[in-house]
Amino acid sequence: MFEKALVGTKRYFGVLGFLLLLSGIGFFIYLRQLDFGLGITGMSRDVSWGFYIAQFTYLVGVAASAVMVVLPLYLHNYKAFGRIAILGEFLAVSAVSMCLLFIIVDLGKPSRLFNVLLHPTPNSVLFWDMIVLNGYLFLNIVCGWTVLQAERNEVPPPNWLKPFIYIAIPWAPSIHTVTAFLYAGLPGRGYWLTAIMAPRFLSSAFAAGPALLVLLCLLVRKYTKFDPGREQIQTLAKIVTYAILINVFFFFCEVFTVFYSQIPDHMLHFQYLFAGLEGKGKLVPLMWVSIVGMTITAILLIIPSVRKNETTLAVACAAVVVTTWIDKGMGLITGGFVPNPFEGVTEYFPTMPEALITLGVWAIGFLILTMLYKIAVSIKEEIRA
Amino acid sequence: MLAPGELEAKLAPNPKALTAKRWAMVVDMRKLDEQTAEKCIEACHRIHNVPDFEDPIDPKDKVDPAEKVRWEVKWIWKEKYEHAFPGQAEVAIPEKIHKLNFLLLCNHCDNPPCVRVCPTKATWKRDDGVVMMDQHRCIGCRYCMAACPYGARSFNWRNPRPFIKSEDESYPTREIGVVEKCTLCAERLAKGQLPACVEASKGALTVGDLNDAKSKVRELLRNNFTIRRKTQLGSNPQVYYIV
Repeated sequence: MFEKALVGTKRYFGVLGFLLLLSGIGFFIYLRQLDFGLGITGMSRDVSWGFYIAQFTYLVGVAASAVMVVLPLYLHNYKAFGRIAILGEFLAVSAVSMCLLFIIVDLGKPSRLFNVLLHPTPNSVLFWDMIVLNGYLFLNIVCGWTVLQAERNEVPPPNWLKPFIYIAIPWAPSIHTVTAFLYAGLPGRGYWLTAIMAPRFLSSAFAAGPALLVLLCLLVRKYTKFDPGREQIQTLAKIVTYAILINVFFFFCEVFTVFYSQIPDHMLHFQYLFAGLEGKGKLVPLMWVSIVGMTITAILLIIPSVRKNETTLAVACAAVVVTTWIDKGMGLITGGFVPNPFEGVTEYFPTMPEALITLGVWAIGFLILTMLYKIAVSIKEEIRA
Repeated sequence: MLAPGELEAKLAPNPKALTAKRWAMVVDMRKLDEQTAEKCIEACHRIHNVPDFEDPIDPKDKVDPAEKVRWEVKWIWKEKYEHAFPGQAEVAIPEKIHKLNFLLLCNHCDNPPCVRVCPTKATWKRDDGVVMMDQHRCIGCRYCMAACPYGARSFNWRNPRPFIKSEDESYPTREIGVVEKCTLCAERLAKGQLPACVEASKGALTVGDLNDAKSKVRELLRNNFTIRRKTQLGSNPQVYYIV
């Protein structure tokens, strides 16, 4: 089937070329980072994780959200999603690939990466994150590829695949739960030290992932002969709506506990993010855009006519993707590190090299996504022809 | 051929080595004046080849103030009361305490969060309580820096070597991309020497065995009221301050 990724229109190769160019630029600057060290980023002794780990966290969510397509299909026999399951699974494959790359570009000593396997340490959440992420990548490649192959040959998927399909369903929330546990168990970081971290991660993931999938479905319909289907898009829209509402609710649960209890260790981080501390507040406008935008979008999505009109739906989905990205991709990590353990404020903002390496990783992810979607769509077109 | 570790296993410990069941440190702030604190920091950073980004070997390598803050490496340093003990800044505390510069370093916690999170055992707690750091195993994931509630860990954001003016060849310099911190001078204890900061402190800093009721630290703890940093987090820090 892979040969389908190697033929295509000029536009297809144009997209690949553009993504290849971006990833090439990112790779070139990554070589500079290998040589100089992570000092070319904006990270510091006080804010020791930044943009890379934030993207990783966001994309684990996007990857996990494939379950929102797979679960209704396989557990509830919601047949309509059979048409787009492959799009969800291939989105997960590309998202997990980006996650793994973001971990690697964040390591100070990537050459020693395999020390994690040489000296396995089960008391470290990072150890478990490695296991669940790689396992999830494997599961989605196997399930996605095999089902697509069966579809091409017009036979039912082989029976041996069933256990993998069923394991993949609980595996999806597990990857984002473990990722939340990376943060939620650290005693000195008040912003992250909350039991609602994992539920919040899941709700924002199940909003952002399906929202991205809606946008991808609309693109697929526009640029190929394969229509993912109106019903499918509408069901995804409902999933996005409920998930983003729950996410906003969880956020305000957290805000209540933090501000009603008035415990400074927890409050100061929110104050930094939403009002600024000691006159420093680089993220304040972004954080307000995120939470106000997210709340308004959630309310708009409840209105059936907004969801049913695919243009307004697309705008709302884009808003969900952007506002959840600001929350996780900008606020979450920096907010945890500011103020520092001495209640001092060292700010963080990504530098240009850091942003270009990040863009390079995203480009590699979208390169994988474009090629996988090309394969899937070609096969779907072939069957219909 | 030698099996891994065979050679090391044959090495006998130095009979003069200083040992303890549970190392702990007491910092007597009554005896620690500004100059002595500086001497402690200087002694530690000199023998451990800690870079000083303000003082490059080649003036061309000068870094700007923002980079100095971002890249700073420190094993032991000074901090005012409200920063050393955030959340405990009482209104009615004596003026002199607000003026004090507390010496901060790794607390060699009995229940260290950094050790819990390290995915490669590059940082671990020895049986005698010293929290060690293997800069040759560290993969630079910096999870330990997120986990440490005391800000005791530093990362090599860039090559530190152009900023080490007088290199002490008995201790390794670091490469880019690894984490480092105070190891209670494990290398000195093994030779029968006190930690460098203790030696430079003119009696303000004391290390000893917490498990030995007759030790100097136990005597100090028995006769003085001491405070520790962030005890509510359950990490059980082992640096005690007499104020």
